[in-house]
Parts: sequence; structure tokens; C-alpha cells
Amino acid sequence: MSALIEFFTPHLWPIVFSVIIVAVLPLLAGYVVLLERKVMADMQARLGPMRVGPHGLLQPIADAVKLLIKEDIIPENADQAVFWMAPVISVTAALLAFSALAIGPVFQIADLNIGLLFIVAVSSMGIFGIILGGWSSNSHYSLLGALRSTAQMISYETAAGLALVGGVLLAGSLSTREIVQAQYDAGVWFVFAAPLGFFLYLVASIAETNRAPFDLPEAESELVAGYMTEYSGFRWAIYFLAEYANMIVVASIASTLFLGGWARPFARTPIFNFLDFAPPLIFLVVAGYCFYRAPKQPERIQAMVMALFGGLCLLLAAAMALPFVFPASKAGIHGAFWFLAKVFLYVYSFMWIRFTFPRFRFDQLMKLGWYFMIPLSIVNVLALGVALVLKDTGWHPAAALLLTNAATLLVAVWLVANAQKKAAISGPVTSRAEG
Amino acid sequence: MLPAIDHYLFLSLALFTIGIIGVLTRRNVIIILMSIELILNAVNINLVAFSRHWASVDGQLFALFIITDAAAEAAVGLGIIIAFFKNRETVLADEMDLLKW
Amino acid sequence: MTPDQINQIAFYFFGSLAVLGAILTVTAKNIVHSAIYLITSLLATAGIFLTLQAQFLFGVQIVLYVGGIMVLFVFVIMLVNLDVSLRQIRFNRQKWVAGLLTLVLASQLGFALWFGKEAFNLAPGRTGELSAQNVQQFGRGLFERYVLPFEIASVLLLVALIGAVVMTKKRV
Repeated sequence: MSALIEFFTPHLWPIVFSVIIVAVLPLLAGYVVLLERKVMADMQARLGPMRVGPHGLLQPIADAVKLLIKEDIIPENADQAVFWMAPVISVTAALLAFSALAIGPVFQIADLNIGLLFIVAVSSMGIFGIILGGWSSNSHYSLLGALRSTAQMISYETAAGLALVGGVLLAGSLSTREIVQAQYDAGVWFVFAAPLGFFLYLVASIAETNRAPFDLPEAESELVAGYMTEYSGFRWAIYFLAEYANMIVVASIASTLFLGGWARPFARTPIFNFLDFAPPLIFLVVAGYCFYRAPKQPERIQAMVMALFGGLCLLLAAAMALPFVFPASKAGIHGAFWFLAKVFLYVYSFMWIRFTFPRFRFDQLMKLGWYFMIPLSIVNVLALGVALVLKDTGWHPAAALLLTNAATLLVAVWLVANAQKKAAISGPVTSRAEG
Repeated sequence: MLPAIDHYLFLSLALFTIGIIGVLTRRNVIIILMSIELILNAVNINLVAFSRHWASVDGQLFALFIITDAAAEAAVGLGIIIAFFKNRETVLADEMDLLKW
Repeated sequence: MTPDQINQIAFYFFGSLAVLGAILTVTAKNIVHSAIYLITSLLATAGIFLTLQAQFLFGVQIVLYVGGIMVLFVFVIMLVNLDVSLRQIRFNRQKWVAGLLTLVLASQLGFALWFGKEAFNLAPGRTGELSAQNVQQFGRGLFERYVLPFEIASVLLLVALIGAVVMTKKRV
């Protein structure tokens, strides 16, 4: 018995973190869905879900209960085993990617020395969930949607990987902890050192997660729901969860590699130390707003939930204020806050882009991926390599990076101009989109 | 310590044998290609086991080249299958006998 | 449980999963099931790489083999999907001869490995170098010692890419 305890002790914290992630992530994904609906409503000048709970805060719980009690329908000639397994593959891949991410300097399940490569590898496993789900549904819409979705994902995975390689070149390591440390040491977030790499990763990650404007394979007006057509009830909820978990994973990778991870903005400049007070203040303001609005709710139950929410925010504010009492916990708690703030910013920009741009047609999507993104990401890697060599031969790093980024920008402008010239010559596309 | 090297060599031999059986006995050309991937995979295990045994990264490097080569070969092979399928509507090796006397 | 025992358990688990996946690949009736079993076998092989402390190769195996080559296979399987394939005969006419010859080959190799296993102890294995530096060692080896094979592999991939595109183009 004691040998068993002795065996498990070094693995205790990772197990606790894994349990927390597996338990919290579905809830978090549910609230990201609510956030998306609220943001969509805000951008369309309406209110969004308001009925269930105050301001719709209990909507995800209602949705989850509804999906759980729905009838489980399996199409007639569907391949039962593969039909059952496909959503499981998707969600396993999405959740497994969290094990290598560093949400703060303390909150990390495993600091792999191949951290980023592991996350990319596991994300590429998620593609199988889609293609097997589409095939096993034994339906034309599903298969076509699955094939299109897979083609899109593998095309943009190359561009995303190469954009990440650009960031890894600057960081010098694949381990997530060392990447954040490199950004802290350099004093600048890599988004400012390689802005085109960040832009490429932003666009490629939107395509990777099948979000608008790249969501043709699952758009309702096009293919019913693509590969998810024949899935209903809880199986559909698993696919949905996998999609939003993927979004959070991709946002976490971008935050780690480009946005500085858990470092506070201007982490090394003492003038900005007042930003250390931001975490508890923000939660205090939200708690104050909740308590202010609680008595004004139309019904008592809504007032109670609002007050509960206010209490929760007060608790979080107290947690954020802990580092002022125990200075040793500052890196862990405030680090987690800044990291989650950056992830939230990235996810919000995903939603913003979704409700702003119209959808790409499939052949336009593939052209963009192969004719613009992949060449540009290769040129980006080349340029960053040249910048590193110039830095080694004595140039100031900022000058080297400025020069090479300007060159990459020129190449990007040339690629876009070329594509527009070709489009002007050939006129509007009249050939049928190749499926 | 890890299991002795011969454990890995026997595993590699088992996968290699199964791959060869797959190549020689199945009719469907796609399964033949998949068995070729199994064979290459077995060779990779062999290389990496020796790389660990002699603490040198050269074995792993060559395994990387083999994976690259397998990718190129799978791409070309599958392209041939698609081109043939468009012509003859079959993927069985028995029925691809255009040049037989 | 000592680390030795964990290593043994990991080897037997991944090894048996790889062999089982391989057997099912070669004997499955449905091609898509065959592909899924091959994916399982490849993932088990990636696990074996991880126990042999080849971490970069573990990542590369999953990204390239499983996430690239197998996706390609599944794509093509769906493009040439014939409903009649489920009722066709699986094995060809030479299966007994082929099986016999393969067994002969395997027993020869097995014989050589079994009775020659002391040979590997003549040059006993050096204990592992820094496996946390696996990626750095890989990079150094790839660009210093093996830069020519690296470039040739990239030319090979280019040739394969052009070949595949030309073969499946529409002939206007």
C-alpha cells in the first residue's frame, strides 16, 4: 500500500490537474457557447438568450440537460462501432491537447520537451473523428461534408504548423514553459517580433477549427450540418464540445507562442506594476455590478442567481488578491489570470471575425490555403531564419526582424496582387466548385 | 532498464511478417499498400530500438527518412490507384491484368 | 512498481496492441475498418517510440504517418468506395503458397535472432544520453551529418507531389 502511495506521489498534481480540466472544460465550453450567442446578439443589435437565468446565464445548463434527455437515433445502415467511436476520437484529441499546455507556471499537467509538437500531433488526430463520423453516417450530406472539412483541415494544418515553426524559431524550444520564458527574457511578445506569423496562425486556426468564414462544411444553408447531420442528442453535444474545446486549445497555443503566455503586459517594466492590481479589481467591479443589478431582477429566483454570481466573483477577487498576502503565489495565480485573459481575447476575436465576414466558397478556401497561406508561411520561416542569422552576425535584433518582416510583407502583397490579377483575367468563376 | 533489445527485434519481426502476408495474399490494392506501410513501420521500430541500444540518434534520423519516403510512396501509389479506378472501376489486383498475354 | 516494471508493461501493452492491430488490418473485411486498425497499430508504434525515448519521432509519427498518410488512405478509400467490395473474396489464389513462404522466411529470421541474441551484447548498449535534448540532437544530426539525405528527401517529396498531381489531373 505504501509502495502504491509512493508510486503515485510525484504524479499527484498532474492527476489533480487532469481531473480539473476534464471536469471544468465541458462547463467552460458551454459558457463559451453562451458567450458566442451573446456576442452575436450584441453585434446584431439584439439581446441574445435572456430567459433562462438572469441574462441567460443558466442557458448552457438548460442546453446540456436537453441534449442529454434526447432520443439517441442511429441511422439504419450506419456502421455502429465507427458511428459510436467517431465523436469520442474528436473529443479525446481536443482534451488530450490540454495536457501539454501551460495555463500558468504552476498549472500544467506535463512539461513535455516536445510540448508544441505533441499538441499539433494530437490536434491532427481530431481530423479522424470528423472523417469517420461523416463516413459512418451512411448519408450523402455527411460524407461530402466530412470530405470537404477534412480537405480544408489538412490544407490549413500545414500553414498553421509552419506559422508555429516561425514562433518556435524565435523561442528556441518546443517546450511551452521555455517558450514563455523566452518571451519573458526577450522582453517582447513574439507577436511584435513576428506579426505575420501571428496573422498566419490566426487565419489558419480559424480554418482549422471550421469556424466562419471557413465553415462551409458545416454551414446550415449548405450541407445541412455537414458531418454532424446524422448525430443527435448527446453524440452531437460531444462533437460540439470537441469543436469549442479545439477553439480554446488553438487560442491557448497562440497565447503561449505569440501573446506571451502567462506574463503580464510589460512584465519587466517597473512603471507598469500598477497592472498587478488589475486582476482583483476587475472581479470586484463585476461583483459590484452583479450585486447592484440583483435587486432589480423581475423575479426572486433570478435575483438569487445574480447574487450568487456576484458572490462567486467576490470569491475570485479574493483569490486574485491572495498574492498580495502570500507573495510566493503571485506567479501562479496572476499568471493563470493573464493567460486566460489572452485566451479570452483570442476567442473573442474569433467570434468577432465570425460575425463580420461572409463565408468563403470551397474552391476559394482551397485556393487561399494553397496559393497564399502555404507560400507565405514558408517565406515567413525563411525570413525569420535570416533574421536569426543576422542577429548572430551582430545586427540589432529589432533591426533584423524589422527588415525581414518588411520583406515578408512585400511577398504577401505580391501574392495578393498576383491572385487579384489572375482573377481579373479569368473573370468570375464559372466552373463548378470541385467537391 | 528497458526490455533487452531482442524483444524489440522480435516485435519488429512479427510486424514485418504480418505485413508481408498482407502484401502477398490480399486482393485489394489499397490493403496491399497498407501492408507496405506496416513493413516500413516494422523497420522503423528496429532502427529506433538500435538507436536506443547504442545511444545514438542516427537510427532515429534514418527512421525519419523512412517515414518521409513512406509518405511519398503512399501518395504516388494512391494516385495510381485513383487513376486506374477512373479507367477500369476496380481496385482488385487480380483484375489489373491489362498487360497479360 | 519500479520503473523497470513500468517499462516492461508499456512494452508488452504497446507491442501486443501493434501486433493485434496489424493482424486485424490484414484480415478485416471492410476496408475502412482495416484503415482504423492500421491507425491503431501506428499509434501503438508511436507509443513504443516514446518508451524508447525517441520523443521527436513519436510526434513526427503521429503528425506524418497517422495525421497525413492515413488521412490520405481514408480519403482514397472513400473515393473508390464500392459497395460490392464487402462481398468480394478477400484473399487471392496464392494464399497458401505465400503463407508457407512467409512462415519459412519468418522462422529463418526468428532462428537467427533467437540463437544470435548474445551477439548484441558483445557491444553492450551505452546508457542513454540526455533524452531531454532529443529534439536538439535531432536537429543537429539532421543539418550537420545528414544534410545531403535531407535535401534528397525534399527533392523526393517534390517529385512525388508533382507525380501525384500530374497523374490525377483532368486531361483536357
